[in-house]
Amino acid sequence: MIISIASGKGGTGKTTVATNLAVSIESGVEILDCDVEEPNAHLFLHPVIEHKESVAVVVPEVDEEKCTLCGKCAEICQFKAIVVLGKTVLTFPEMCHSCGGCFEVCSENALSETGRLVGTVEKGHRNGLDFVHGRLRVGEAMSPPLISKVRSFARPGMLTIIDAPPGTSCPVIAAIKGTDFVMMVTEPTPFGLHDLKLGVEAVKLLGIPCGLVINRSDIGDDKVREYAEQEDLPILMEIPFDRKIAEAYSRGELIVEVMPEWKEKFLGLYDQIKELAGREEARG
Amino acid sequence: MKELVVISGKGGTGKTSLMAGMASLAENMVMCDADVDAADLHLLMAPEIREHHDFQGGGIAVINSDKCIECGVCRDLCKWNAINENFEVDSLECEGCGVCVYLCPEHAIDFPIQKCGEWFISGTRFGPMVHARLGIAQENSGKLVTLVRQEAKKLAERENLELIITDGPPGIGCPVIASIGGVTALLIVAEPTVSGLHDMERVVQLAAYFKVPAMLCVNKFDLNPDQTLVIEDRAKAQGVTVLARVPFDPVFTESMVQGKTVFEYKIESEAAYALKQVWSEIGKVLEIN
Repeated sequence: MIISIASGKGGTGKTTVATNLAVSIESGVEILDCDVEEPNAHLFLHPVIEHKESVAVVVPEVDEEKCTLCGKCAEICQFKAIVVLGKTVLTFPEMCHSCGGCFEVCSENALSETGRLVGTVEKGHRNGLDFVHGRLRVGEAMSPPLISKVRSFARPGMLTIIDAPPGTSCPVIAAIKGTDFVMMVTEPTPFGLHDLKLGVEAVKLLGIPCGLVINRSDIGDDKVREYAEQEDLPILMEIPFDRKIAEAYSRGELIVEVMPEWKEKFLGLYDQIKELAGREEARG
Repeated sequence: MKELVVISGKGGTGKTSLMAGMASLAENMVMCDADVDAADLHLLMAPEIREHHDFQGGGIAVINSDKCIECGVCRDLCKWNAINENFEVDSLECEGCGVCVYLCPEHAIDFPIQKCGEWFISGTRFGPMVHARLGIAQENSGKLVTLVRQEAKKLAERENLELIITDGPPGIGCPVIASIGGVTALLIVAEPTVSGLHDMERVVQLAAYFKVPAMLCVNKFDLNPDQTLVIEDRAKAQGVTVLARVPFDPVFTESMVQGKTVFEYKIESEAAYALKQVWSEIGKVLEIN
């Protein structure tokens, strides 16, 4: 089973829920941190990294000797990543989406494949927990290829927990698509509610069953709960604002480490997710 | 004209609350919400929409089943596996590269331009505002960010405004890169946590990569004063201007619930006092006021 943890709004506690859930379950679990722009799970899990690889995407390189300046490559490129300018062809590798169109249309065999580094993937473990995350290269705009690479490490038969990036656009979709359950983490404030609604819309579009964790549940107002009821979104857990939790978080400590009584609650959360995801599967 | 963009790397550090408070103190300015993916500034600003435009992104492949002979060329070419066995395109997976459209031997694939979102010019009680809404699960967030920034600039020129204050998106990817190119200065809002430090360092690297000067404000600093010092020291070492700190103060959430800035809700609060100090220091850096 793959559980993804998403939020719409940033900073609501995705990583807190993902890491505490993973550590509470103890065995047969892997965590994939797909927030490759700002990966944080490692700061709480301190995994031993045993494997590291660079991730690159294919971009074109022009052999000017062979190029006849026919312009077909520039014509097919929707991203302005290759243009003919006077007597030369310029490539803008950072604009390239690696669709392969230019290679297909070049009749002179003047393009060769080269790579643009998008980031690195690191794999490791902490006790029985497997850990993988991606780190987007600073200056790189496109995170989905790296997110896909991180997800390729998911092993069948394991419980996979995905820490997704905030927002509702392509990186989030890349992180949560095809997962069995989406756990939305929100806070009961106007910003939290507004972005939760956007997040839930995205999850609906993908047709994935979904539940809610309300973090800092005693601040703000009641509108998130009203919305959850309206939308028939189960609230699976509430975490009150507690300065002790906030301070432990600030030091990189897990809730279940400083307050072991929370382990039962996270296990209870897992039981509820299993039941909801299983119910959906039975409905088929 | 000066352009200040507020970013954070990590989400939820208080970008929008701080930015809205500062915008309420600024004069001759236009606000711009570049967090087009999950825009929240309007919840504090109650904008009255004056202009409403569609945002056209790129094309998406649509197979015309009358012309399609199911030869499979498109499926072989598609790097995103967006075309299924029944020769239907999954619009969520389609990257809009047009390769199948160009190379379909039967010319059976259309490439209609998609409406990817909307953008607005509005009036607020503090001044004009340019904002947008990206469609759910849409691509092209960078393009839309570039568009709202351009429109804010045009508006500032038209109305002779000297400052653009922009609420930026979290992260360091496409929409953030589109938010920071060529700005006068960045304000990085960080929180004093291990994640806050990690993410601040990545946005500082990004600012250096694009050669944009950066300032730092640690929000909720009293949640971990030691970590605040670490963050400020690291930022200083990277050439970032460190500004006054803002304490953890529930008035931010309370004012958000009321749809107000912290100055409107409780001007006699620690948070309001600290934020005023931050704004005055920014004024000196930007040479405004």
